[in-house]
Amino acid sequence: MTANAQPIALNKIPREGKEESQFQIVLRRFMRHKLAVASLIVIVIMVIAALLAPYISPFPRDAIDIAVSSRPGPPGTVGSGGQVHPLGVDHLGRDLYTRLLYGARVSLLIAFVVVFFSELVGVILGATAGFLGGWFDTIISRTVEFLLSIPTLPILLITASILIRTDAQIPVPAFVTNAVAWMLAAPTQEANKVIVLMFILIVLGWTGAARLMRGMALTLRNQDFVEALRAVGASNTRIMFRHIIPNGIAPILVNASLGLAGIVIAEATLSFLGVGVQEPTPSWGNMLSTAQSYMFQHPWLPLVPGIPLCLVTISFNFIGDGLRDALDPRLKR
Amino acid sequence: MTTYLIRRVLWIIPVMLLVALITFTLMHQAPGGPWDRDLNRRQVDASTQEMLNRQFGLDKPLFFNFEGEHILDSQFFNYIGNAVQGDLGPSYRQRGRMVQDVLFEPPKNKPIWDSKFGYSMRLGLLALTMAAIFGIPLGILAALKRNTIFDYSALFISTIGISVPSFVLAIFLIIVLAGQLGILKIIQRDWSNPAAWLVPATVLGFGTFAYITRLTRSSMLEVMGQDYIRTARAKGLGGRVIITRHMLRNALIPVMTIMGPALAGLVTGSFIIESMFGFPGSGREYVLAISNRDYSMIMGTTLIYALLIVLANLTVDIMYGFLDPRIKVN
Repeated sequence: MTANAQPIALNKIPREGKEESQFQIVLRRFMRHKLAVASLIVIVIMVIAALLAPYISPFPRDAIDIAVSSRPGPPGTVGSGGQVHPLGVDHLGRDLYTRLLYGARVSLLIAFVVVFFSELVGVILGATAGFLGGWFDTIISRTVEFLLSIPTLPILLITASILIRTDAQIPVPAFVTNAVAWMLAAPTQEANKVIVLMFILIVLGWTGAARLMRGMALTLRNQDFVEALRAVGASNTRIMFRHIIPNGIAPILVNASLGLAGIVIAEATLSFLGVGVQEPTPSWGNMLSTAQSYMFQHPWLPLVPGIPLCLVTISFNFIGDGLRDALDPRLKR
Repeated sequence: MTTYLIRRVLWIIPVMLLVALITFTLMHQAPGGPWDRDLNRRQVDASTQEMLNRQFGLDKPLFFNFEGEHILDSQFFNYIGNAVQGDLGPSYRQRGRMVQDVLFEPPKNKPIWDSKFGYSMRLGLLALTMAAIFGIPLGILAALKRNTIFDYSALFISTIGISVPSFVLAIFLIIVLAGQLGILKIIQRDWSNPAAWLVPATVLGFGTFAYITRLTRSSMLEVMGQDYIRTARAKGLGGRVIITRHMLRNALIPVMTIMGPALAGLVTGSFIIESMFGFPGSGREYVLAISNRDYSMIMGTTLIYALLIVLANLTVDIMYGFLDPRIKVN
């Protein structure tokens, strides 16, 4: 570490009395990681594009352009009324650029929701298990150990195929369905399947955060400051939520960022195999799946969802790396 | 150590039972049974159905038989009992074949590794070998040349390898190699030609290659910072001796131990690649079983996969015990 220390320019040393906050330190160190910053910009652009999908897309999501003669049609195909399809049309004659934007909305929404709830569940269960110990810890640890020692991908595949490919609607509270449908900009019956998919991914996805948080809570609970908090009469809940969890949140953030990439991949994989997001709801995975059938005559077709998909997963991984470097307390400053 | 290992081995039993229970419950939640309700096929008439159900014990209760002679004379426990003896039941779609035969029985006059499972295992082994051959040296070099352009490139490649889903990589490769360059045959019929395995194995192993590179690099970096390396330098040992005897020996322990789980992950995770390339392995069979709703096939394969992963994880614990004498488990 000390071997490659650089001479520090004097003007960069923060002046006394003007101490940098923890957040500023982390931010400054994150900004040094150029790829992570570039990745963050990519993600922000994607999120904005996804959010604005209904406003910036040139066509309705499922509109079939009957004026287009070649389906799939290459980028720049001119459709009815002289409107250009910037990325071409798919096998049914739907505008690919429009579906890509809506697909981004679906894929990114699933990723953010799943990761948020996985980390939330994992953090709370892990912190409680590590902090309280006893029978609760045993149950949580064994469950995590069990979930880590099963073939996740096959289990995910069969669960999704059974729960999603049925015609029956799985009962979900109406407000959840409506909220997801609104966020997807899609009809409510489509939202139901997406909710089931998110639920499955959360059930199998919380173990990483739980393990991290449990380990953190185990080391923290024997520290003097917890003893001191007890002495001043702080309750277990207060110690956990105000002190243990905030102390262990740094690795959780890194885990979440890497988890986002993982969920985007998982969703795309399931949708690609036809057991994830179902047509006509677009997702990058099911767009790739249909593109696969036409890829020899139309090699550009899989690139349309493929390139953004790779960009997003690569970006989330770089952001995770950047966060890890920035948050690592061993590299103070 | 021995008691710890015995406990680890015994842990396999509840894990397998729970996997079986979950899969079994899921199967029975699903619409579409073995003989009936498949609207795309000729319907089996009621009396035949009853006979088939009796023949395969599907007329028994799901979990507990309160009326029969034995409380465990139920579908679930009979399945478990048979599975322990290596009988995974008949396939619902491939009439007249047992699940274990579909997976493990090679074609006539062929060795065992020409079975479906054998194919997947060999593909997984090839992918893992390629990943290790490229990943380990790359990781070592990246660590030795830390913070140089070489190190950054290695990290960049490995991040891409971790990020790009295998099926997207497969599509891109197929487009370029088969579509544009015409090097690769689009649909392989003859898998006896080793060259045909190269592309699926590359695609399958790319993520593992990236993972091995990162693991080797970080493990090397950790070892390089240890006191005993400084001691070795102080003794006046040459760079090469330090690298091979002191660094690699220790740095490769974590890399070696993940080989088992990595292989299990490759074999159980290869179904998407196998289906794309038309590879005649158990993974493709699994995807087919899922789309055909061949529930006994799904259940049997899932159990085999679970066993594979549990055993692979067990090897990690055993290997650590042998390779790293510092680890004393209580």
